[in-house]
Amino acid sequence: MDRLSLLVLVPVITMVVIALFKEPKKVRIIAAVGMAVQLIQILFLLVAFFAERGAGNTSEMLFVTDVVWYKSLNIHYAVGIDGVSLSLILLTGVVIFTGVFASWEIEDRTQEFFITLILLATGVFGFFISLDLFTMFMFYELAVIPMYLLIGIWGSGPKEYSAMKLTLMLMGASALLLVGILGIYFNSAPGGGPLTFNFIEISKITIPAAAQYFFFPLTFVGFGVLAALYPFHTWSPDGHASAPTAVSMLHAGVLMKLGGYGALRIAVMLMPEAAQGMAWFFIILATIGSLYGALGAIAQKDLKYINAYSSVSHLGFILFASLMFNQVAYEGAVLQMISHGLITALFFALIGMIYARTHTRNINEMGGIMKVMPVLGVAYMIAGFASLGLPGFSAFVAEMTIFVGAFQNNDMFVRVATILVVSSIVVTAVYILRAAGIMLYGQIKNKEFELLPDARWYDKVAVFILVGVITGMGMFPGWLAEMIFAGLTPMFERMAN
Amino acid sequence: MPTELFSTTVWIPIALLLAFAVVGLFGHKMKPVVAGGISTAAILLAMVISYSTAYFYFFSDGLVEGKYVMLVPFLHEWLRFTDTLSIDMGILLDPISVMMMVVVTTVSSMVHIYSFGYMKGEKGFQRYFAFLSLFSFAMMGLVLAVNLFQMYIFWELVGVSSFLLIGFYYQKPAAVAASKKAFIVTRFADLGFLLGILLLSYFTRTFDFPTLMDPGGTAISSMAGLSFMGVSTLTWALVLIFMGGAGKSAMFPLHIWLPDAMEGPTPVSALIHAATMVVAGVYLVARLFGLYAMGAPGALEVVAFIGAFTSLFAAVIAVTQTDIKRILAFSTMSQIGYMMLALGVSGYGGEEGLGFTASMFHLFTHAMFKALLFLGAGAIIHAVHSNNMGDMGGLRKYLPVTHIMFLIAALAISGIPPFAGFFSKDEILAAAWANNQLYFWTEWFVAGLTAFYMFRLYFSVFWGANRTYEHQPHEAPASMLFALVFLGLASAVVGFIPFSAFVTADGVPFQTHMHLNIAIPSVAIGIVGIAIAAWMYMRPGTVADRLATAMPGLYKLSLKKFYIDELYLWVTHTIIFKGISAPIAWFDRHVVDGSMNGIAWVTAQVAEKTKKMQSGQLQHYGYAMVLGAVAFVLLLLYWGAR
Repeated sequence: MDRLSLLVLVPVITMVVIALFKEPKKVRIIAAVGMAVQLIQILFLLVAFFAERGAGNTSEMLFVTDVVWYKSLNIHYAVGIDGVSLSLILLTGVVIFTGVFASWEIEDRTQEFFITLILLATGVFGFFISLDLFTMFMFYELAVIPMYLLIGIWGSGPKEYSAMKLTLMLMGASALLLVGILGIYFNSAPGGGPLTFNFIEISKITIPAAAQYFFFPLTFVGFGVLAALYPFHTWSPDGHASAPTAVSMLHAGVLMKLGGYGALRIAVMLMPEAAQGMAWFFIILATIGSLYGALGAIAQKDLKYINAYSSVSHLGFILFASLMFNQVAYEGAVLQMISHGLITALFFALIGMIYARTHTRNINEMGGIMKVMPVLGVAYMIAGFASLGLPGFSAFVAEMTIFVGAFQNNDMFVRVATILVVSSIVVTAVYILRAAGIMLYGQIKNKEFELLPDARWYDKVAVFILVGVITGMGMFPGWLAEMIFAGLTPMFERMAN
Repeated sequence: MPTELFSTTVWIPIALLLAFAVVGLFGHKMKPVVAGGISTAAILLAMVISYSTAYFYFFSDGLVEGKYVMLVPFLHEWLRFTDTLSIDMGILLDPISVMMMVVVTTVSSMVHIYSFGYMKGEKGFQRYFAFLSLFSFAMMGLVLAVNLFQMYIFWELVGVSSFLLIGFYYQKPAAVAASKKAFIVTRFADLGFLLGILLLSYFTRTFDFPTLMDPGGTAISSMAGLSFMGVSTLTWALVLIFMGGAGKSAMFPLHIWLPDAMEGPTPVSALIHAATMVVAGVYLVARLFGLYAMGAPGALEVVAFIGAFTSLFAAVIAVTQTDIKRILAFSTMSQIGYMMLALGVSGYGGEEGLGFTASMFHLFTHAMFKALLFLGAGAIIHAVHSNNMGDMGGLRKYLPVTHIMFLIAALAISGIPPFAGFFSKDEILAAAWANNQLYFWTEWFVAGLTAFYMFRLYFSVFWGANRTYEHQPHEAPASMLFALVFLGLASAVVGFIPFSAFVTADGVPFQTHMHLNIAIPSVAIGIVGIAIAAWMYMRPGTVADRLATAMPGLYKLSLKKFYIDELYLWVTHTIIFKGISAPIAWFDRHVVDGSMNGIAWVTAQVAEKTKKMQSGQLQHYGYAMVLGAVAFVLLLLYWGAR
């Protein structure tokens, strides 16, 4: 067994073991242990990755395994990682591990919940290690479908409606995506020879321009919907509002990043000519998204809606950066995927914990929470500061990298768009501080809240790990940035030529 | 090798950051005195290192061939973008950064010591000291920054520590609102700073101060000939950067946060909102002064105009305010306006650069006497438990030491010799005279206003009506008095430092002399201001009220701060919240999401209609089959016939 397939195998084994036990207590512990093993093996993978690179292995992808899976269509089970995918695997490992602790209080059908949750994570891990577009697409579907069950069964509010909406919109997007991927496949050998789904191989050839112009928008929109591309983002606020805590964490933290990863790596980098030709249109959408999400967030009262609109804004940065045709901006896009993934996971974890105590997510019904729950309150402020791009936290690194990269385009249109995107960070400060001010500070509005408990041990595990990683990335970004930059280099160079 | 000698400076940020981390994480488990002690030890260490660095820099190792040079004793690449663009963390020593080290650590140390008395018994004492350490760390990082982006990073961090300290009393709605306002207004200004950095670095390909400031370098020539809308690109970049500085330094029209920031504990106002952070904007312009002076004189004109206008505007407002801390806040704005003006009218080298030296000199002296004024105000508030001048009077009997120290500070800010403010203000006025006499007369008038409002405050608090107090006011404890006396002595003597021998725009020292033709009228108007204040406020009387009723329009405008806050409130609430944000939220729910739901509804309707065809009745299917077959045959016949 190769080491990358273990990333899929460990969650699968965890699911199987969970299936053997019914008691919530045991299920939780098994899930935690399984995901801890997963996180540890990812850390070992990181070490091994640097050891390989240090030893002078310069191949584009490391730890590659390639098995023919369906011969007549030349579909492979091909896996491998570079700096980009490894960093996202790291993100996923952290988010799913903390997500288990954030779900500690789930008592209803605990066993099924954790199996479905880990199934979702399995899909995500599979997605990030895949080099074969078909396998990648399959893992993508594997990640999306459990979402329907998780929201529909364990959700709150109008959960059936939200689950259905989310699933239908994402399925609609994946229909576009499938057409896009097949289009890429059928154009993968313009000079004759066997067709391939391997995107590394495809990036070495040039897809005919006519085909690019047809399939790029399909692929970009297909992935873009998942990354809340304006105006296809509306599944996200409703979906988050109804989803249980850990599902929101995984969804906004990781699943939406599949969209960003695909939009950058597959849509833009495999079809650069069309991407460049049509960039202006998608730059406009991404710019609207980043400002519109931020301004929309100001008017929200529900914490989850605030964070959902905030995600629309911050993912707008990623889509924007992926259209900048600049390696620094691309590096920023990947950093932003990781940073936003961590921060939004922390936000949703905290919102879930606060909701579990106050039974409301309406900020106007709260007030003075800081006094009652100092740990959760301080953590919420940290998440807020991180989200508004304060130095010392991850988002600053990511956003500045995007801005510096985007500013290297000396084109008036791009420059104006960049300035608009940059200005959204001011709006971010407004909605973050507004919500925090109303909810955390001031006098306690509801007398019943005075007796509410602060974070429990399992809450602290989730919160402290996320805060630690966000701060660590914010203070020592160098190695991660370099790893991502190096990972982007081969494909970027081929694309630029 | 001087660089090695100065490598101890790296311990300043390390010690302060460690103090923040330890007190912030574990402070709540410590005794208050221990937590405060850790923070204070760190800042005292920083002070000792700063003083020794200043000594060696100014008196032995900084001067190389008659010129104070830039030294970089520590440099670390933090985040790399391209081959030339990277954010470096480092330490840059040159006359202004060494001078600022001394200012920041001195005032911060005094504020730490003072806070032991002032904050005693306060809930969150440990949190308070943790934030003070965070602020000191961030401020030192800003001052010592070697790289424009490093400065931006610490610039944001001082902003957040200011936010945390203004909102220290977080259960008080006014404090929460004020902290939010301060953060968002400066954040908006910082947008200009960031865009300025991006624009500047795109053309110069560097963020590093030594490269940007190199007189023989390519920073200015790389942007030669580029312009946008008739203004050179370098001017754009520097005006944008100045926007950040104007926000931090509370220049009109980005000043609205500073008066409200007085909601924070008074020692914090002294440290952050009087002596150190609010002058960061001045420091920023001074830091890039070579670029401003040589590449973009147009940007300097903006700096001068904004500075002059703000100094007048704030002084007019200060005349009618009744909250003692707010009077001091407007006074701070006005004095920073002086510093900005001085930079704006300055040339680059030699006597031409008098404005630069004067600005830094005033920054230095102002830090001492304004911190003293605030700490004195803190002692007053500590004694009478109110900020309102109306609740005070005759306090000279109860607070003798505070009274004397406050008087020294008031004389210093009014420009009365031999106190510190006289010397620095004299140089500023001389520089203004040489550049533009309108600026000179404006600032001359403002000097009179300053003396008037400051002594209005002084007489109303320490003289005026003899009140009976519910609790007998008592003199401050020793820790507070120590800081007051220390800063009082400083305010009395620092004016005698020959500043132009140390701090100049191009690093080359020069001689200044007293400008009698300027000193005499400026002292005269200061005395006139004091005399009027004495006539109106030294004894209880009705002169002030009669004046206010005589000029109701002007009085109201000044009292209401020219309604700028109301204007901002209208823009944010009516335009942004109600006019943009709420419609977007509605549009998103009803139009964007509505169309998605619409598509779903249409699909469902179509399905509803077509599902009737799945009736399960065999005869229906039979009909359909026969009809289909007939249609198909007809079609074939038609095709075949062609």
